[in-house]
Amino acid sequence: MKPPPFAYHAPRDLVAAVRTLAEVGGKVLAGGQSLIPMLNMRLAAPEHLVDINRVAGLDEIEVTPAGVRVGATARHADVEAAGVHPLLTRALKLVAHPVIRNRGTVVGSLVHADPAAELPAVLALLDGRVRLARWDGDGVAVREVPAADFFVGPMESAVEPDEVAVSAFFPALAPGSGFAFEEVSRRHGDYALAGVCAVVTARSAKVACIGVGPVPVVVELGEAWSDWRAAAAVVRAATDPEGDIHASAAYRGHLVGVLAERALREAAREGAAARGA
Amino acid sequence: MTTKLFGEPVQRREDPRLLTGNGRYLDDLGREALAAAFVRSPHAHARVRDIDVTAALDVEGLVAVYTWEDLPERVGRALPLLIPHPALTHGRTAYPLARDVVRHVGEPVVMVVAADRYAAEDACALIEVDYEPLKPVVGLEEAVQGAQLVHEDVPGNVGAHLVQEVAAADGRGAREAIETAPHTLAFRLDIERSASMPLEGRGVYARWDGRDLRVYSSTQTSTSVRMAVAAALGLPLPQVEVIAPDVGGGFGVKIVHPWPEEVLVPWAAMTLGREVKWTEDRREHFISSAHERGQVQYVRVGFDDDGRVLGLDVTILHDHGAYTPYGIIVPIVTSTQLLGPYKPGSYRVEFTAVYTNTVQVTPYRGAGRPQGVFCMERTMDKIARYLGKDRTQVREANFIRPEEFPYDQKMTFQDGRPLIYDSGNYPEMLRMIKELIGWDSFEAGPGRGIGIGCYVEGTGVGPYEGGHVQITSDGRVHVSTGLTSQGQGHETAFAQIAATELGVPIERVSVVTGDTRRFGYAVGTFASRAAVVSGNAIALACRKVREKALRIAADALEANPADLEIADGVVHVAGTPSAAVPLSTVAVLANPLRYAFDEETAKATQFAGAAAPDRPPVAEGEEPGLEGRDYYSPIRSTFAAGMHAAIVETDPDTAEIKVVRYAVVHDCGRLINPMIVEGQIHGGVAQGIGGALYERMVYDQHGQLVNASFMDFLMPYATEIPHVETGHLETPSPLNPLGVKGAGEAGVIPVSAVIASALEDAEGIEVNRMPISPSELFELRAARMG
Amino acid sequence: MEHEITLIVNGVPRRTGVPARRLLSDCLRHDLGLTGTHVGCEHGVCGCCTVLLDGRPVRSCLTFAVTVDGAEITTVEGLADADGGLSAVQRAFAECHGLQCGFCTPGFLCTVTALLRENPAPTEDEVIDGISGNLCRCTGYQNIVKAVHRAAELLAEEA
Repeated sequence: MKPPPFAYHAPRDLVAAVRTLAEVGGKVLAGGQSLIPMLNMRLAAPEHLVDINRVAGLDEIEVTPAGVRVGATARHADVEAAGVHPLLTRALKLVAHPVIRNRGTVVGSLVHADPAAELPAVLALLDGRVRLARWDGDGVAVREVPAADFFVGPMESAVEPDEVAVSAFFPALAPGSGFAFEEVSRRHGDYALAGVCAVVTARSAKVACIGVGPVPVVVELGEAWSDWRAAAAVVRAATDPEGDIHASAAYRGHLVGVLAERALREAAREGAAARGA
Repeated sequence: MTTKLFGEPVQRREDPRLLTGNGRYLDDLGREALAAAFVRSPHAHARVRDIDVTAALDVEGLVAVYTWEDLPERVGRALPLLIPHPALTHGRTAYPLARDVVRHVGEPVVMVVAADRYAAEDACALIEVDYEPLKPVVGLEEAVQGAQLVHEDVPGNVGAHLVQEVAAADGRGAREAIETAPHTLAFRLDIERSASMPLEGRGVYARWDGRDLRVYSSTQTSTSVRMAVAAALGLPLPQVEVIAPDVGGGFGVKIVHPWPEEVLVPWAAMTLGREVKWTEDRREHFISSAHERGQVQYVRVGFDDDGRVLGLDVTILHDHGAYTPYGIIVPIVTSTQLLGPYKPGSYRVEFTAVYTNTVQVTPYRGAGRPQGVFCMERTMDKIARYLGKDRTQVREANFIRPEEFPYDQKMTFQDGRPLIYDSGNYPEMLRMIKELIGWDSFEAGPGRGIGIGCYVEGTGVGPYEGGHVQITSDGRVHVSTGLTSQGQGHETAFAQIAATELGVPIERVSVVTGDTRRFGYAVGTFASRAAVVSGNAIALACRKVREKALRIAADALEANPADLEIADGVVHVAGTPSAAVPLSTVAVLANPLRYAFDEETAKATQFAGAAAPDRPPVAEGEEPGLEGRDYYSPIRSTFAAGMHAAIVETDPDTAEIKVVRYAVVHDCGRLINPMIVEGQIHGGVAQGIGGALYERMVYDQHGQLVNASFMDFLMPYATEIPHVETGHLETPSPLNPLGVKGAGEAGVIPVSAVIASALEDAEGIEVNRMPISPSELFELRAARMG
Repeated sequence: MEHEITLIVNGVPRRTGVPARRLLSDCLRHDLGLTGTHVGCEHGVCGCCTVLLDGRPVRSCLTFAVTVDGAEITTVEGLADADGGLSAVQRAFAECHGLQCGFCTPGFLCTVTALLRENPAPTEDEVIDGISGNLCRCTGYQNIVKAVHRAAELLAEEA
């Protein structure tokens, strides 16, 4: 289990990074916690790796009243420790194990687009966006892709081969909103069999589900509900889980209903507490 | 004995090197060696039509590529069938490299040797093998149908078929006893595959100097690898040495030998005149080593109103995978150890071992016992449920009583010897486990249940082990035994035995295991046998040395040997501490010298005046040196026992299963080191929890192992293992001088049975298949609802 | 193509040439001869290869050596005190029988060393969570958990 050979590039700034990518193609290496296992198993064999770990400024975590912008090389652990976005912090604690989080990056998790991963659900739930950069022949061209368009399919994001995901923006939670993230995994730290991330405000409720569709399944529940079980049934109906060796489709479907109800109740309780209601 | 270390929780002597990164595991050796890698079959069943290596030849660093056709006749032979048995009528083993047909995904087809493992894998990726896919046989049901054959010349895929029957006292067979019993039950049980999965995979490193071959292998038996390698390579035995360095876990898989790589790597080293090393990677370990556990059992039982078993009839289908290098030990162990602490009125067991196009099945810690115990303990629970009795009451009614030992189960055990239990106290053990878990005060409720499981484990099987003990003129004690170590703390436990027997501080004792240069005769480490067989051999060897030391010291002190004792490494006259001679001096006196190399040894030289001039310096019948060698060959196995109990909670909504308490009462006879024994139990229980709730090998219909990684083969982390509470009962074995029984496998054996028992209690549904996941519990609940 | 890199390993600058694909685990073991770091799965799950990268535990099998050129690495060989005495964590593992075959041990030791630096008095749950990314096949974790608590005690006593 040794990676195949590749040519290595370690640009120091974003211009060099996107130019290199435009010139040679290949894969972008950030934390490597998903890419390197695939290389070690020789499931991927890029001819070039563009290592962005030395690109200046990409590890920044920028906080504004509107939300948090997380740079491409900001590690899970740093974002978690920064504690700048309570829902993101909560979700990060569910990502793999602490040691993986020391190296893995938030943006990397988004680009990897595993349908059972937590962070894509958070981005989707918050209507966040990912900033992508590419070399357009003269300079760096940047586009922002909203979460709804970013997750294309299982393990597939909207990042084009010549693009580098430079940051992700997680909008702040509205004041007075409550949130929760409930999931069930086989072992602690494994990808979830199913999970539900919920945000509830005085007038709205919204969830994003993981492990039960090709991409995070976002369900807008609109007006606040009094019967969270009924709301959970709506969530469940919106999902289309598949079975695998760890869980049947029926179980995943059942689970997402249970977790939706738990998450919604918890988020509603938190929201009410935050509003002093 | 004044230096009482036997029975004490002595800290491990292995630890300082292992804690500082100074252990020497297989891949830590041979930094300059060439690296081997293998092209392995991607098909479960296929004919190899052609192998084209052309594209690989340009890889930088490539040294050699070998296919089966490149191997000399002797090297290319089918690997040995290690344990033949008359019932194994169709034993089959693999070739070191595929000869014409591959029979499981992962079977080695081409060997590549290159400058390093990266280059070797690059070359492997470029070798093209043309396969003609054949239809694979996957799963027991498909195998027994026999429509497709794993081996063309094995009809019905049946490798072995064996019936053992113990008639009732009135001579009636079990089936007849069941027919006439007041109550009968019949059911089917399923156990899926798991695997040993040590964190260090296998590995082989070989050095050839033109005359002598030295092989390092991450093995559970270096002496046997040595014989197998010498035979395969046609070398005289004295020219081959095999060393097991620090080994990163075994759990059974490393007792199999010679693995293809253990033949091929030394052969390549000889052929190339270069050091060659192969270090198994994790994917290789999943698809190319061995698995265990997979069985289907059909059970019929007849019993009376008290739950006493009058007749038990078990028919087992055992999945042997593609080959049977280790014979039919696993199903034999299942068949015999199924009996546990019980004495059914009559018993009939029949197994059929079938081939499938999957990784071969060889012993994994417990070696067939977990399946047997699952069967018997499910049976006990079902009887209790049927009669509306407490589950422990039914077990108690079937126990062998303490006064009935030695108890003859009238069967033949895995060592070919009678299944006679040496000692035990099962009612007391039951009392202890009930007290430890709080059985009688437990209140079951929805989603909360308690379970129990009992087992008896034949440990310390023969044929023999040996020990060599040498005291050198610096007063150090050098102990060696041939069997190997994979984390059991042998260097400590054996040092405790030697220190106690010889009366020396343990700091002066060093122990070497698994090095054929030090000890050539051994069997290996398996079946919880090291403490029993090597432990006793070392004790006997120490007694020889002690006797000799006392004889020489008596001469020097002009005392009667019977009046002497040894304490703190010094021989002295009992009651007269001043009349003393240290063992270091005794060692000097034991070895008359012509040449001195230090002050101490100068005392033994010919002009030092120590020896009587009218006798030969080495007396008749004596040997120079203060050393001794002895062997222990048990007449039959010792029988350790244990009872486990657990409390589980299930989530009513998510069907998640949580083990909230886990308790163990264990009897392995006299304890050499309680800390180590407890550690062995902990580890076994964790593997058992893995086997009950997390681990399984999932093959698809094409024979692909779909979860061949640690991502999807779910070995438990700390977060999945409950706190384990332990209690010890000591019923010494009357069979050996130390009174010990084995402990290595114990912890794992009853866990699936215990968890199933607790889950049934919590859920009120029958659990007949293990492992069980939340998803499966959800499906069981759904099925109950209809 | 070889890349010249310098790693500060256990306080000592080590210069070596590596191909880009050389895993940090292989670089430490085979290029620098520090074989105390073990490799158990090469896909980041088992934790045997855990080392400290600039003080934080990471998987050396999921890191290319070339990526961490210039970084400080601590391996199990560097955990003992300067005078060679075992660290509190190492002593606690010995005292509590927190290892059997020893193969996973270097990864646990590195993980726990960092854990206790960050959280000198962890609760039972924090200990279990802290070691939750390291597999051990021998001990059933019982004595490892015990050893972490014991190490915390030793560190507090010796502080």
